Amino acid sequence: MFRNQYDQDVTTWSPQGRIFQIEYAMEAVKQGSAAVGLKSGEHAVLATIKRAPSDLSSYQRKIFKIDDHMGIAISGLTADGRILCRYMRNECLNHRFVYDSPMPLGRLVRQVADKAQLGTQRSWKRPYGVGLIVAGHDESGPHIFYNCPSGNYYDYKAFAMGARSQAAKTYLERQFETFAAASLDDLVKHALHALQASLQDGELTEKNCSVAVVGGDMPFTLLEDDSLAPYIAAIKEEEPAAAAGMEAEGAAAEGDAAAGEGGAAGEGEQQQEQQGGGGGDDGGEAPMEQ
Amino acid sequence: MATALPVRAQVPAAGQATKQHASWSPYDDNGGTVVAVAGDDYCIVAASTRMSTGYSILTRNKSKILRLNPKCVVASAGMQADMETLHKMLHSRHVTYQFNHRRPMSCPATAQLLSNTLYYKRFFPYYTFNLCAGLDDEGRGAVYTYDAIGSYERVGYGCQGSGKELIQPVLDNQLKAASPLVLPQQQWLSSLPLEQAVDLVKGAFVSAGERDIYTGDDVEILIITKDGIRTDSLQLKRD
Repeated sequence: MFRNQYDQDVTTWSPQGRIFQIEYAMEAVKQGSAAVGLKSGEHAVLATIKRAPSDLSSYQRKIFKIDDHMGIAISGLTADGRILCRYMRNECLNHRFVYDSPMPLGRLVRQVADKAQLGTQRSWKRPYGVGLIVAGHDESGPHIFYNCPSGNYYDYKAFAMGARSQAAKTYLERQFETFAAASLDDLVKHALHALQASLQDGELTEKNCSVAVVGGDMPFTLLEDDSLAPYIAAIKEEEPAAAAGMEAEGAAAEGDAAAGEGGAAGEGEQQQEQQGGGGGDDGGEAPMEQ
Repeated sequence: MATALPVRAQVPAAGQATKQHASWSPYDDNGGTVVAVAGDDYCIVAASTRMSTGYSILTRNKSKILRLNPKCVVASAGMQADMETLHKMLHSRHVTYQFNHRRPMSCPATAQLLSNTLYYKRFFPYYTFNLCAGLDDEGRGAVYTYDAIGSYERVGYGCQGSGKELIQPVLDNQLKAASPLVLPQQQWLSSLPLEQAVDLVKGAFVSAGERDIYTGDDVEILIITKDGIRTDSLQLKRD
């Protein structure tokens, strides 16, 4: 993006029919750390990479519960995200008070989008510098929506935003057809795999990412640290040989990790499926996902 | 009652300057009694489940107790429409509190919130007579008793509602300290064993059910301890 004479004001069009301030606001979303959202027939999952401003500080929160049936992941200006979060929480509470039922997601994201649009058409305002992935479950099933600083909103099967999110999107584009029938555990693992693709350096650990799940039978639940550890261990087993290199000791470590895990339903499958192309000794069955 | 058409009061003969006024009232009393007893490490809250209007029964199975969280409940007698709205308000405020503080509201905090909420409508009050009860920050039983506009006080035991005058003396007799001269000064006896306290509450309701026509059908009993809330119930006469 280069500066020009049409980008000073949100109320100024460029000759090509663009409003640069809105596009610059969308840039702010790309500066935030990666976040992904995906859904199956039953559940919706959010996963984000946690970033800390410095070693001395704690991680920025990126996932916020809005109501029992809904939550968001944010990327961009966290302060703007918290304002929208507060607005959404209030709307959901009021809806429950008046109608005694959970707020339908489509309606709320539309309201948020209309609120965001105000910032694109008032000279005394600015667009929100935050993208929201809204994950939830209502009467019409699980949903993933994306709210953009432009005031647009989109319905997605799976979506990624933030820094290096294109890599995550590529993974999701390849895999999304398997999501509809996926179990909750598999869905979480897909989310972590997608997130892994956006990590520039280092490994995904339960310390540097956070996950949230929601479904018809499951209220919005944040998974962090200990509750996330089994899933991290599971995806480490599944790491494709190409990404991780062939490590014979990896197979032994997987066995330990798998034995130590609690009840994640997918674990049983994992023990049987080792890396087909890698150095694993028991590569009899094809891996579930690459 | 609240749903009847307004009726104009009759004006006396000419010469008397008396205003006409409607005799419609926004309020109705749906009856019922609520009781709470605090112990050293428990709190018992009980409420009759009959809902009435005038001399009729509307339902035999209406709960008067709002469970805010495992450590705090609010029980309200009086007009059920106001009770439901009050309970919805408190619940919404509690959800917001949890978002902002990352933990549930304590019982003393809820007690203050309830007082403020009631006083907010000082000039068109909630027609509810409330007890806020649970465990305080130290894990001891707490009971707070209110009037309709939010004046409140922490007590060791309390009751509100149509059977209040029948039950209060019984609780005073069993639970109140023998004499104000006993040292160290205490307004209520240190706690009875839990089961004994539950039996006392049950006996009180059975007695009230005999003479108060609005108390009957069932009693919903909540026993709040550090391990959570346990429920019990007591069948009363349906007459």
